Amino acid sequence: MAEKLTQKENFLKGIIKDNPVFVMLLGMCPTLGVTSSAFNGLGMGVATLFVLLMSNIVVSLIKSQIPSKVRIPAFIIIIASFVTIVEMVLEAYIPFLFEQLGIFIPLIVVNCLILGRAEAFASKNHLWSSIVDALGMGIGFTIALTLLGAVREILGSGSLFDFRFVSEDANTLLLFILPPGAFIALAYLSVLFKKVSKTN
Amino acid sequence: MSKKESTFLNMIISLFVITIIAGVSLGFINDLTKGPIAKAKLERKVNAIKQVLPEFNNNPAEQVKLIKSDMAKDSIEIYTGMMDLMSIGTAVIGYSEKGYSGLVKIMVGFNPDGSIKNIVVLEQKETPGLGTKMKGEKFMRQFRGEKPSEFNLKPEKDGGDIDAIAGATISSRAFGEATQMAYDVFVETTQSKN
Repeated sequence: MAEKLTQKENFLKGIIKDNPVFVMLLGMCPTLGVTSSAFNGLGMGVATLFVLLMSNIVVSLIKSQIPSKVRIPAFIIIIASFVTIVEMVLEAYIPFLFEQLGIFIPLIVVNCLILGRAEAFASKNHLWSSIVDALGMGIGFTIALTLLGAVREILGSGSLFDFRFVSEDANTLLLFILPPGAFIALAYLSVLFKKVSKTN
Repeated sequence: MSKKESTFLNMIISLFVITIIAGVSLGFINDLTKGPIAKAKLERKVNAIKQVLPEFNNNPAEQVKLIKSDMAKDSIEIYTGMMDLMSIGTAVIGYSEKGYSGLVKIMVGFNPDGSIKNIVVLEQKETPGLGTKMKGEKFMRQFRGEKPSEFNLKPEKDGGDIDAIAGATISSRAFGEATQMAYDVFVETTQSKN
């Protein structure tokens, strides 16, 4: 099944056909939680992309060495290790982003997108396919989070990537910064995404 | 592709090896990032002190005083800025746990006469776009130059002098409370000196 895909299709499926956020609805917790601005969405997306890539590589490399009954604990240890590495590196070198993302960095461990790809793809495919799969899925996730963050930031704070185009006192649609706004924006973006990807 | 069988021994060995490798690599990265993390934290503190105090030429971050106060659970950090051995201001950390989402931690810089020089928000989890406006110039402006002995650090709603952020009275109240705590500790220490 998956073997029949060309690498290009394998890569693109993560961005369009099986987009983790808009189509598969995976990893909803960080998706809804951190996307109050485009920059936060981008940061979270890139952090997730890194963890996903590393875990896919490692899982694919050692897949034949893991007895299948303990594969889930083994995957979780691998993922948790990379998340901890990301956390320490962010705190050391990008403290600003570390503060913004806060609790959501450790929560990458339980992002079902990463465990899902380890279980459904990397543990059954070769190294190269797994890397391509991780890149596609990770980039799809990053694009989705950035897009959602951008929509919420534009409507909610009247700015984009912290570049303000209305004055500080202007009445913006605060709802979109608040949690309910995340659900509303996500729903509309999903519908829009489906419509656009179908016409193509 | 030969998959390892799920025998008891195989499971133990593979999990053991994976955890060992994970543990060792985490320890290694921890060693690597320990220095930069401490540096980044100190830098943030020094930057905050620079913002709330007039120009100084000592190193306040290294001459921190910890004061145990009845008003706070933890000891309060106090930094004194000196210019040629003359005290030019004191930076005090204040916090309140009554923010809309818990802790609001700020650093207040006091001039020697007890008026507020500037305030910097160190930690907060307030609602983005509402409570986070406490960092904004519009809200912060009203505190500069005021003496908390004459300026009631409560929102107008509670009979105080703070012009609260629209839609974020709770955040404004927590901010005022944190400032009040910093001021009380500041008064306590200056009085004990005399």
